[in-house]
Amino acid sequence: MVVAGDASGAVLALDEPLSFWGGFESETGTIIDQAHPQVGECLAGRVVTMTVGRGSSSASTVLAEAIRRGTAPAALVMTELDEIIALGAIVAEELYALTMPVVIVDEVTMAAVAGAASATIHAAGSITLDPQLS
Amino acid sequence: MLSGDDGPATMLAMRVIVRLAEIMGAEALLDISGAHIDSCLYHGEAGLDFAERLAGEGARVRVPTTLNVSSLDLLHPELYRGDAHTRDQALALMAAYEEMGCQTTWTCAPYQLDDRPKFGDHIAWAESNAIVFANSVLGARTHRYGDFIDICCAITGRAPAAGLHLDENRRGEVVFDVSTIPERLLSLDVAYPVIGHHLGRVAGSRIPVIVGLPPSTSEDRLKAIGSAAASSGTVGMFHAVGSTPEAPTLEAAVGARSVAVNSVSMEDLRAARDQLSTSTSNTLGAVSLGTPHYSVAELGRLVELLDGRRVDPAVHAYTSTGRDVAMEISLRGWDSVLAAAGVQIVTDTCTYLTPILGSIEGVAMTDSAKWAYYAPGNLGVDVVFGSIEDCVESAVAGEVRRDHTVWADA
Repeated sequence: MVVAGDASGAVLALDEPLSFWGGFESETGTIIDQAHPQVGECLAGRVVTMTVGRGSSSASTVLAEAIRRGTAPAALVMTELDEIIALGAIVAEELYALTMPVVIVDEVTMAAVAGAASATIHAAGSITLDPQLS
Repeated sequence: MLSGDDGPATMLAMRVIVRLAEIMGAEALLDISGAHIDSCLYHGEAGLDFAERLAGEGARVRVPTTLNVSSLDLLHPELYRGDAHTRDQALALMAAYEEMGCQTTWTCAPYQLDDRPKFGDHIAWAESNAIVFANSVLGARTHRYGDFIDICCAITGRAPAAGLHLDENRRGEVVFDVSTIPERLLSLDVAYPVIGHHLGRVAGSRIPVIVGLPPSTSEDRLKAIGSAAASSGTVGMFHAVGSTPEAPTLEAAVGARSVAVNSVSMEDLRAARDQLSTSTSNTLGAVSLGTPHYSVAELGRLVELLDGRRVDPAVHAYTSTGRDVAMEISLRGWDSVLAAAGVQIVTDTCTYLTPILGSIEGVAMTDSAKWAYYAPGNLGVDVVFGSIEDCVESAVAGEVRRDHTVWADA
């Protein structure tokens, strides 16, 4: 795990990478990138799957700000390490003692998480999936 | 530092570096000789909380550290049109970085300052165009750093020994051959941001190598390639054979491996050029130049092209630059030449980041691929990309005028 912690929530599988800077509003936790297929979706409290990160390094601050406000995802599940996203989560934990787990998984696990209704991330690294909303 | 012997702020900064180093797979940290900070641009309370916590706990930078643009032009504060709360937060953020001992350079082109990194120096630079210039043109070594980690490196003087700091990660990974592009186009500034935009889109995060450029291509043109490629892709370094220091030959740039070769055609470049405009309207509202911050030579070219003429009163014309360069051009008397021509100099910030433009009637024109890439989303304006010559002729005429003949096949 890139940032370890416990979290659970309904799964939101992003169809395309999202740039947190410019594409996401930390006040509300919603996607505002008009070119993103899921524009208008709210990330707050969801287990969000996103293969890779995208865009400016200012995304670190935007993500940390969302974690501070409670509008960030419950956890992020990715297939590639993204240092910018990791830094946002690390600094939010150091500053506010608020943890948003960031997990890197293989593509098979990624597909399984994306297909579940809800997921629970465990601090030791395992993920429990539920086909129903829990 | 991790044990807290150097105080709580250094301990926090070192903890963030070690956590990042672990996830990057770095086996060690290395010493850096300088830093450039992008975290001084306000994006929300969390950025201010972090800076004030570090500054409040006594953090001071250990290496010479320059500051990127902020959201405000301190030398021309009347240009700001945003809300007062955001302005006050942005000012507090700038003050915190000043308190930590950073130099108040407020420029995205720290490589235009007198004292800049040398070949082989390890540095921690943030801001995508500055990173790509440092790695590619100066031959200094920085990973693609960003918010938070930049100041942590400056405070500790250390960075993870990983990424673009290491020889094995600096080799070219994809070749772009521009030898079929007409010499006439390559003799013009406008070719370079367009080549960069194309490179970034195709290369993604790979390191591109360009072959076929004129030897010893100027720093300003390499800057245009890099800033464009770092916007349309996540390019942190490129090589231009015969121009950049780690690419005396193609073999030197790619090392002992075979890499894919893309032949760049005029169709590719015309398509890249067209992607940089969102409108075909001829109604001109504004012209924005100087992204990244113009050099003295680029401002000299602007003065030369204006040739004593005045910008149409209906057009808002801006050029951004660093305060050091602004000082230099005022010694040459160009600041009053530009003022008389109706061109507003903006320092310390960039017109795509902050409410300066206001509401304009018509499109905004620029010679910058980076400005063209970000302004429509950030400001909600329509953009037309053109050469510096097009921008000046359009500003004077009061309508969009572009010379398309330079984009012909031969």
